[in-house]
Amino acid sequence: MTVRGDRYGAAMTDAAASTGTTRGAPGTGPLVVMSGVNKHFGPLHVLQDVSTTVDRGEVIVLIGPSGSGKSTLCRTINRLEPIDSGTITIDGQPQPQEGKALANLRADVGMVFQSFNLFAHKTILQNVTLGPIKVRGKSKGEAEQRAMQLLERVGIANQAGKLPAQLSGGQQQRAAIARSLAMDPKLMLFDEPTSALDPEMINEVLDVMTSLARDGMTMVVVTHEMGFARRAADRVVFMSDGKLVEQATPEEFFTAPKSDRAKDFLSKILTH
Amino acid sequence: MDVLIDNLPALLRGFRETVELSAIAALVALVLGTLLAAIRVSPVPTLRWAGTFYVNTIRNTPLTLVYAFMAFAVPRLDFQVGPFRAAVLALGLYTAAFICEAIRSGVNAVPVGQAEAARALGLTFTGTLRHVVLAQAFRSVIPPLGSIFIALVKNSAIAEFFAVPEATKVFDDLVRDNPDALYWLFAGVALGYVILVLLISAVFRFLETRLVVLR
Repeated sequence: MTVRGDRYGAAMTDAAASTGTTRGAPGTGPLVVMSGVNKHFGPLHVLQDVSTTVDRGEVIVLIGPSGSGKSTLCRTINRLEPIDSGTITIDGQPQPQEGKALANLRADVGMVFQSFNLFAHKTILQNVTLGPIKVRGKSKGEAEQRAMQLLERVGIANQAGKLPAQLSGGQQQRAAIARSLAMDPKLMLFDEPTSALDPEMINEVLDVMTSLARDGMTMVVVTHEMGFARRAADRVVFMSDGKLVEQATPEEFFTAPKSDRAKDFLSKILTH
Repeated sequence: MDVLIDNLPALLRGFRETVELSAIAALVALVLGTLLAAIRVSPVPTLRWAGTFYVNTIRNTPLTLVYAFMAFAVPRLDFQVGPFRAAVLALGLYTAAFICEAIRSGVNAVPVGQAEAARALGLTFTGTLRHVVLAQAFRSVIPPLGSIFIALVKNSAIAEFFAVPEATKVFDDLVRDNPDALYWLFAGVALGYVILVLLISAVFRFLETRLVVLR
């Protein structure tokens, strides 16, 4: 088991203790196992026989040219994109197809979107408390107290009473991260979290993500921010044309990429 | 003019009946219309089909026919409804089809990302619909809903042919007894409907400014 923050570690031990000890029991082994995953959008074979694992506490950065399937891969993990074939296992449990079981899985997997997707009709505080109250069954007071702690942590506690449209992009994205954290997720997915932000707001979001990574959160991050990848990633996964072309530590990948495709990609993005 | 003043209590009783009939029918229509909209956007094909069938049938039928069905056909099924309840059902079931379509247009205007974010939090289909999608859809369809409720109030006048003593029925009876005062009676009843509708408009304008969704 890799190093994790106390909070997450404690939750994990409880989960492990309350279930069986057979193969794939929660709390042991890799957190996410993808095996032979295929996905088509019409004639486009967007994920081609993808297999990989995500360890507990690991931070994975998915990079690659646009259209390479990295966002789709990220979205298959909580089944916002259903897959055509293959298997995805999360914390020892095969991914459910639909219904309550799927909702339960999603509650444990946080997701941060490129376009924030904060609920437009709710205040920031209500955005953060909706999941804990309606999904986790927490009381309003308890949920609000925790929400304020999280908003404090991402630096926007003073915006709690405002509507999303009244915040800057960077503030909205930090609120979205707080909303995900409020569910105490086992894993967080970030789908190009800074791509819709003005340049001067990117760092405030990346700083929050870096601090999460340091606290031991398991993260899968689709991003074009190479600085973040170098700083926070345990592993860089390079995708191209629906395949995982190369996986390496950031150091290895950025200084000595093995595949021609990765060399080509890096030469284009690192010289501009 | 005297005919209006002399018969004011009767006219007011008529408008009270109109308001009661319209208010209860509006409630029926709102609840049923929302349910219909929910099943028309659900992932279950049978439900979607049933919703579409209802809307296509009811929306494409003259309201008078729906009233007649409730007043004459339903009692034959040993289902005693009485004139008022028959009118409430006719008006409510009919208007529900229009409300369903207005809400559905609102649902389609909610960005996909809102529902995705709700599902990603672990909300079920109904939870996503209730707390996020419908909550926003309602706010964006307040103007068309206002128009539908205004139409409902005016459609309630058809109930006079089915023995409901609402405003138009009172008007008709008064015309029969006072043929010379026809224009005054027309003006008086029309004014009554206009006041009613302006009140509804005012309520919806208020709702619109209060519940607007900033994007």
